[in-house]
Order: sequence, then structure tokens, then C-alpha cells
Amino acid sequence: MSVDKATVAKIASLARIKMGDEELERMVPELNGILDWVEQLGEVDVSGVEPMTAVIENHLRLRDDVVDADPKTAGGRREDVLANAPAAEHGFFGVPKVIE
Amino acid sequence: MTELTNLGVKDIRDGVASGEFTAREVAEAFNAAVAEAASLNAFIVTTPDHALASADAVDAKRAKGEDLGTMGGVPIGMKDLFATKGVQTTAASHILEGFNPQYESTVSQNLWDAGAGMLGKLNLDQFAMGSSNETSYFGNVSSPWRKAGSNAAMSPGGSSGGSSSAVAARIAPAATGTDTGGSIRQPAAFTGICGIKPTYGRCSRWGVVAFASSLDQAGPMARTVEDCAIMLEAMAGFDPKDATSLKMDVPAWEAGLSADLKGKRIGIPREYRMEGTDEDILKSWEQGKEWLRDAGAEIVDVSLQHTKYALPAYYIVAPAEASSNLARYDGVRYGLRDLPDGAGLQDMYAATRAEGFGDEVKRRILIGTYVLSAGFYDAYYNQAQKVRTLVSRDFAEAFGQCDAILAPTTPTASFPLGSLNDDPLTMYLNDVFAVPASLAGLPAMSVPATVNSDGLPLGLQIVGKPFDEQGVLNAGLAIQQRAGFDAKPEKWW
Repeated sequence: MSVDKATVAKIASLARIKMGDEELERMVPELNGILDWVEQLGEVDVSGVEPMTAVIENHLRLRDDVVDADPKTAGGRREDVLANAPAAEHGFFGVPKVIE
Repeated sequence: MTELTNLGVKDIRDGVASGEFTAREVAEAFNAAVAEAASLNAFIVTTPDHALASADAVDAKRAKGEDLGTMGGVPIGMKDLFATKGVQTTAASHILEGFNPQYESTVSQNLWDAGAGMLGKLNLDQFAMGSSNETSYFGNVSSPWRKAGSNAAMSPGGSSGGSSSAVAARIAPAATGTDTGGSIRQPAAFTGICGIKPTYGRCSRWGVVAFASSLDQAGPMARTVEDCAIMLEAMAGFDPKDATSLKMDVPAWEAGLSADLKGKRIGIPREYRMEGTDEDILKSWEQGKEWLRDAGAEIVDVSLQHTKYALPAYYIVAPAEASSNLARYDGVRYGLRDLPDGAGLQDMYAATRAEGFGDEVKRRILIGTYVLSAGFYDAYYNQAQKVRTLVSRDFAEAFGQCDAILAPTTPTASFPLGSLNDDPLTMYLNDVFAVPASLAGLPAMSVPATVNSDGLPLGLQIVGKPFDEQGVLNAGLAIQQRAGFDAKPEKWW
């Protein structure tokens, strides 16, 4: 499988990365080089093999059912949460207008 | 008095504890060495005040007769992938330039709790994506090493290239690294230092900028195996804030160190004899076998038959996870925002990400987006995850016949900066020996073995069973004692 410029443009749009014509042209052979090379995985007989889901056996824990059990990840930290926002307004994240 | 910047973790800790010198003297010496070494570009920001404040706290504790901690008085470099409260954390990207975390990563907090201080935030490949430290928004890092008879700037490896450069140049006694597909071991090998990636889950990922979450693991980089053991002990530990953190006690790795390998079997994977591997590297591998035999180990042949497929599987799995993890950089919550005139929300996302990510990061996001997209998921991503199961199974079978595996860390020694930039694939091949252990979540370490005919360091890699960091460290120690690696880069910076 290989990608053409239109496909790369589609992927870039899915990934929300703006790309001009020149950049798209440049990406086509680079991505095809990588994709051709990973094609070799198709040679491997994987019949009956489960895809890996956890690299080290571990079972997911449930945290204690306590409000704000860990103060670092609990609520009430609006200022910290907004501290690095490029455009915080009135205690919220500001974004360009989305409703006309 | 010995030059303080020549000392490693253990010597500094013990010297501070015994009163041979103060933690402040150590911090001052390293701060000065860091300030002098700007031409290496190893640090993105320096934090001399952090180092001094931690040192003063340790000296004050000593005056009161209190416990100084297992890293008491040791100033270290922190890879700029760990969130540090109040200190800019960028992952070497433009998109996070100016990001000032409101919290501290678990691993860095563990180190401060153990008495360590911070010299600064170390440069790296952007979002840890790269093997030469040439993808950083903040410029290339130079290795302190140079080829005999040449002034060309050499790669310190990547992605933990600031870490490897700083430790090899002796402007930091140790540094944190992170390893997703070789990012601790390959730079350690390139610069003649040690580095260990523990079993997946040993070190908390909380507060570490995510690249590929099923692979990312933090680990120490230092000049000796003992120093790595001490520092890993301080970094590791269960953290309820990381769902994949291992709920296990941290073994006393430092106390458990032993270079006596009697009764141990070391496996040599035949598939690691690959075309394109440097003659000098193959020679050092043979030498490594001799050293381990001399330490009492039995050398056995093992097979890891899917080795060849590990790297292509990695270059599907890691970009897939990255494309998902890096979706968070949207110009809304933190970091860069690029809002062209009249742009709507979607245009803002696309413009911000175009401006904020470097080429290699974009390439991997695109690959990841493609392999996860409808119609291709099974052929690429699922197939790669199945191959990953097979790679992991190979190791499990090999460990039925041996206790640890010995292999080269890299197929070549370091190369000049700029020499491998034309083709992403040739760069990826640097990690061909490192990636299999990453895919299987295994502990793995690089230890310096020798220098090649150009005077550049070569490393040997030990891969261990899950949770057997001790076995890895012990085999590393056996190599260290026999290799007697004492080559140092000549100071030019």
C-alpha cells in the first residue's frame, strides 16, 4: 500500500496539521519509504496470535471511592489548570467563536 | 581535594555524608561546569538555584545529624520530558515553549525526596522522537566525544542526548533519561556511560510528557553501574497516579550488587548478528562473552526469531500511540496557540500544530494517524501488535534457557551530526538492537565496553527477565569490572 498526495492531505487533515503543497509533496516519498518498509510485517505468520494489550501482566486498580482522594488530581484547582492557557477568560479556556 | 566534577553519584553521596566536602561545594562545582559548557547545548534551561537550595538543605540536615537520603547532595540533570514545578518543561518542542508545570512529576519528586538537586533541564529529541538529538527545537546537542583527528561535532545519541552528553562531559554526575525504543541505552552507548531502562511499570509515568505510553519508561544515566543502581532505586516505586505502575516493592539494588555470575547463564541471540553491524561492535560482543564467562557465567546460544520484525512493528505501534497522545496539543489548554486572522477553531488547531511540531514529530503523527485509520487498522496496527506478542514470546522462551541476554547496544558507534539526516529509515536502524526489549517491556542496560579504532565508545547491552533489574545490573557490573573503561572525552568546550 502506498500513499499519494491526496491521501497525505487527508491524513494531515485528520491529524489537524496544516500542510502546504510543498510540504505534502515532501512527505509523500518519506511516508511511502516508511510504509514500504513496515510492509514486511505481512510476512509474519500471526495465525492464532493475540495482539498484545499489556506488556507486563498487571491488573487495573480501582481507586478508593473518596472525593478528592488525591489533592493533586482532584477538583478545586481552576487556577492551576488555567495557568498555562494561551487565552484564559473568566475562569475558562477561551477559543475562537464557534457559533455564528 | 579531588576535582568534584569527576565524582559520580556514590562518591558524592558518601563524601557529603562523611563531611569530606559539603553538598554546596559540589553544587557550585557542577553549576560552574554547566555554565562553561554552553557549546554542548546539553541544557535547555539551567537551574543553579535549585541545585544550591537542595544542597543547602542537605548540608543543614547533616549539621543536625539527620538522614541525608540515598541521593543526598547529588546534583543531577533532568531530561526536559519530566514536568518540574515552576521550571519550563518543553519536551524540546516549540509547542510547549514557555510551559510552566503547576506540579512535579513523580520520578523527579522521588529524586528530590532522596536528597538530589537539579542542575537544569536537559535537551532531547523533540517529544523523545529521534536517535541523534537533532530534532530538538532548541538545537542539536553535541557529544563531548570527537573522532580521533577530527573536529566534526558528533551525535550524543537520542533521544536522551542532553543527558548522555552532560554525564559524559562530567558537567553532571548523573541524569534522568526515558526510553521508548532505546532512548536511554543508545545515547549511553554513544557516549561511554551506563544507562538502564527498568521493567515497564517500575518508574511512574505521571508527569512525564507522553510519547508512546505502552513503551515509555524512565531510567537513570550515569557513569557507573553502581550509580545507576542507586539512582534507579530512588526513581522507582509504586504510584497510584499511573495506572500501569507496578505495585511492587523496590528491591535494594545497590545492596544486592554482585559481579559473581557463577551459576548464571547468559544467552547470545543468534539473530542479532545482522548485516551492517560494525566489525568493532562484533569484536566487543565477543569480548563481552569472555568477560561474563570470566565472571563465572555460562554462555549459551538462544534464538529470538522475530528480531528482524521488532523495529518495523515498533514504527507502527509507537507512532500510533504518539498520534493519540499528541492530540492534546491543540492551542487551547496550554502551550502555543497560532490563531490566523479570521480563523475558526479547526483552523486554529491545524495552524497551531503546524507551527508547534517539528518535521519528525509531524511524520510520526501522520504515520500513526494513517495506521489507525479506518480500513488500515487491521493490516498495520493489529498486525504490529500481534508481532509484538511474538517478539515478547521469543524472549519468554529464551529465558527458559538463560538468565539474561548479552547483545550489542547499537549497530555502529556515534556518527557526525547531520550525516544521517537524508533518510528517516537509516536513522531508525540505530535502535535495531534496543527496540525488541522495549516491545517486551524488559529491563535492559547499556554498559561501556571499549573504544573503537576512531576512539569512540562502544556499549554492550544486557537484557533481563521481567522485574530482574538486579540480574541486569550484576551482569553489567561484571562487564564494568573487566572492561576497565576509563576513556574520557578531551575537553574542547
